[in-house]
Amino acid sequence: MDGRISPAVFLPENPVSSGKMRGRMGRLFAIVVTVIALASAVPIITHHWFWSDISFAPPEDISTHGHAIDDQLSDTMVEAGLSFLAAQILLGLFVWKSAERKSTDAIKTFPGGARIMVIAALVLVGTEILALGVLGQKAWANVYFKPAAPDALQIQTQAGQFAFYFRYPGADGKFGTPHPDKIDEGNSNFFGLDPANDVESRDDIVTGELAIPVDREVHLMMHSKDVGHSFYVRELRIQQDFVPGLDLSVHFTATKVGKYEIVCTQLCGLGHYNMKAYLNVLSQADFDAWMKQKASEQ
Amino acid sequence: MSETSVSAVQHHAPPTSFIRKHVFSLDHKVIGKQYYALALVAVFIGMVLSWLMRIHLVWPNVPIPGLSLLSKSGAPGGVMTPEYYLSLLTMHGTLMVFFVLTNAPFAAFGNYFLPIQIGAEDMAFPRFNMMSFWITFVAFCILIAAFFVPDGPPISGWTAYATLSAVGSDSGPGEGLGQTLWALSIFVFCIASLLGALNFIATTLDLRTKGMTLSRMPICTWAWFITSCIALLAFAVLMPACLLLILDRVAGTSFFIPAGLVISDHLQPHSGGSPLLWQHLFWFFGHPEVYIAILPAMGIVSHILINSMRRPLLSHKVIIYCMMGIGFLSYMVWGHHMFVSGMNPFSSLVFSFPTLMITIPATIMTLIWLGSIYGSKLRITAASLFALGFLSMFVSGGVSGFFLAQPSIDIYLHATYFVVGHFHMVMGVAAIFGVFAGTYFWFPKMTGHMMNDSLGRLHFWLTFIGTYCIFMPFHYLGLAGNVRRYSAFVDDFLVPLIPVHRFITFAALFTGAAQLIFLYNLIQSRFRGAPAPANPWECTSLEWTMPSPPPFDNFGGKHPVVYHDPYQYGVKSSTGDYLMQDSPEEAGA
Repeated sequence: MDGRISPAVFLPENPVSSGKMRGRMGRLFAIVVTVIALASAVPIITHHWFWSDISFAPPEDISTHGHAIDDQLSDTMVEAGLSFLAAQILLGLFVWKSAERKSTDAIKTFPGGARIMVIAALVLVGTEILALGVLGQKAWANVYFKPAAPDALQIQTQAGQFAFYFRYPGADGKFGTPHPDKIDEGNSNFFGLDPANDVESRDDIVTGELAIPVDREVHLMMHSKDVGHSFYVRELRIQQDFVPGLDLSVHFTATKVGKYEIVCTQLCGLGHYNMKAYLNVLSQADFDAWMKQKASEQ
Repeated sequence: MSETSVSAVQHHAPPTSFIRKHVFSLDHKVIGKQYYALALVAVFIGMVLSWLMRIHLVWPNVPIPGLSLLSKSGAPGGVMTPEYYLSLLTMHGTLMVFFVLTNAPFAAFGNYFLPIQIGAEDMAFPRFNMMSFWITFVAFCILIAAFFVPDGPPISGWTAYATLSAVGSDSGPGEGLGQTLWALSIFVFCIASLLGALNFIATTLDLRTKGMTLSRMPICTWAWFITSCIALLAFAVLMPACLLLILDRVAGTSFFIPAGLVISDHLQPHSGGSPLLWQHLFWFFGHPEVYIAILPAMGIVSHILINSMRRPLLSHKVIIYCMMGIGFLSYMVWGHHMFVSGMNPFSSLVFSFPTLMITIPATIMTLIWLGSIYGSKLRITAASLFALGFLSMFVSGGVSGFFLAQPSIDIYLHATYFVVGHFHMVMGVAAIFGVFAGTYFWFPKMTGHMMNDSLGRLHFWLTFIGTYCIFMPFHYLGLAGNVRRYSAFVDDFLVPLIPVHRFITFAALFTGAAQLIFLYNLIQSRFRGAPAPANPWECTSLEWTMPSPPPFDNFGGKHPVVYHDPYQYGVKSSTGDYLMQDSPEEAGA
């Protein structure tokens, strides 16, 4: 039995404060923490939910800017993952060791004391911050600091409870002016256009899917009709909120033909979970044909 | 401000009537317990709400028995509607953040132990203290009332983003009276928190007993003090923000609503406001709020770890400077919640930098905790296990913050379950572990009874493993792009992930059930627990110099004199390997 411990700590229902039970509890903690840490890392490394075929890997990137984000994500994963594993395993190890020490043993101080901890944190985390901060700035700048090319394809999107609509300027290359008071969903006038008085709006093409040509930059101008929404396409590595009263835009180039889901990620009301549209990336020829067909339907 | 001024205020006499003793008490100890009880009720409701949500997510069409009694329109036949899911989500977040994570580690334990740990008879303003609790109680009742209004509780989440929250019932069910009650409840809550924070600050600065210099205050006292400084500034911004939201809703103003909005086919009669203004005001409060929840837990955990390790931390001062640094930086980072909100993209980089900087004090603290365990003589109890569990959770929740602090990565991970996993671990579970540790540690002092430590340890193992099973998979789902705040997963890329959600639901039900062990232990020990000695853990701070539970006036009308730094462990003295703060004895080497 270990030395000086007050009777209360020795109460029959509390035997772990000293002796063998204490060591056993320390070992158990070490094992549990280590197992949790290692098990947590498995799906990150294999990208799968343990032995099932459920994949957690981000989908293949189809944008020109996305690889920088992906690189940033995997660099951070390596650094954060190693810090996570190291901290958890050290915690387990130190608890194991210190729970085994007798109360007659002298306290040992970690070599270097607090000073070494502060220096280690400053050096390790400081470098990490500088490295990731500088790299991350580049990945962010790729998306937000470069303006859209002047010849980018101009498309407007309007989000409303609970659908996205898209508008192309038509043959004249000009968008008609939207009038909120003329919005009439019953008559499919989602943008509030006034073709009777506004010539530019007459050839505007309004659709529920976002069709774009592959390998051409798209400049998407975003407007919300009612509350906050968000435009999220995982494959494009694009997420941007719609803010009522604020006209925002994003620009991107899709590099792979295919159909992808656009979902809303800003809580917008009861139909939020079901607010979606499709991004249809087409070859230039298919896109031209699609445009022609839509123009004839308007 | 005098370093040694004692009891500069008029103190109240011992209460005689039941109401004065147990209901409208001026005694900080009773008020602390009242806060704890309120948090316990709130956490129980919040947990049940999370169960209901988790069940609905994976078995959307299975009726939940009794749910239709709570709301006929929200859950016809026991099957939740999408809007009712959002109502529960809103109420879960609001209850947990305000009434649990703010109340339990800060208001409850702080009220009970801050005055005692500095050698004071009570708080500086006992009447304000009583008011803070009862105003908080009113806020709680107003919030709960939202369950019973015809339209149901609000659906805009605990963040209540405008314009969804600002335009009234046009934007959806629950956005009528329910949302107004929500805003009113938080407004009232802010008043209570401001009174509480002022009281904590005045008490710490003015009522320290002879010899209790600032550097001799225990780490948890420091944590409560720094937290009250943060709370004073944070709630002072949220309070007017809520007032503006209420005015937009009931008085026709347009602080958060721009012109030209068409909602439910109605052109809204507003113009000139900005939804981003709400986000800025909300997060200016919202980010410091994270530290209002976690700093007291850091303090409590440090206090308990030191006691269990039988040694002081590698550095007392560095830990306190780190907490101050975190508190200071917490005001410069709110924009990291808004990277994709449409604010100037340059600001995102500006907000990203201090966010990453917070990692430095957080890492220093973690390394000091770890390094202090090395070579110590760790005693393992339910309290110390939860304190160690806190360290593990803090690390797990902390490293995921490193992803979200970078705007480029946030483009992909924003509004996914990765974020949900991150904040539940670092703010929710870690802070709750601090509360559990504090409960097992201080229960003997608060009630005069020991808790059953074996049950406590069982509670720890189940909760520790259970919470990892719930919140770790959230991160994986987030990496797959699983969007949060969806009441059902209907998108092609979300459907294959549902089995993982099912696993999480099982883990949540299991972990929640494990909390019944805690509840049982709490009630059973309160009435049947072995009598607690004055200092069962051989602790050094002032709360352990008095009988358990402490007498009405704490120190029996005397003013204790403090001779030592708070953590004289691993020394040679007549009591053993420690020296109480009020012991005039000199420690041997």
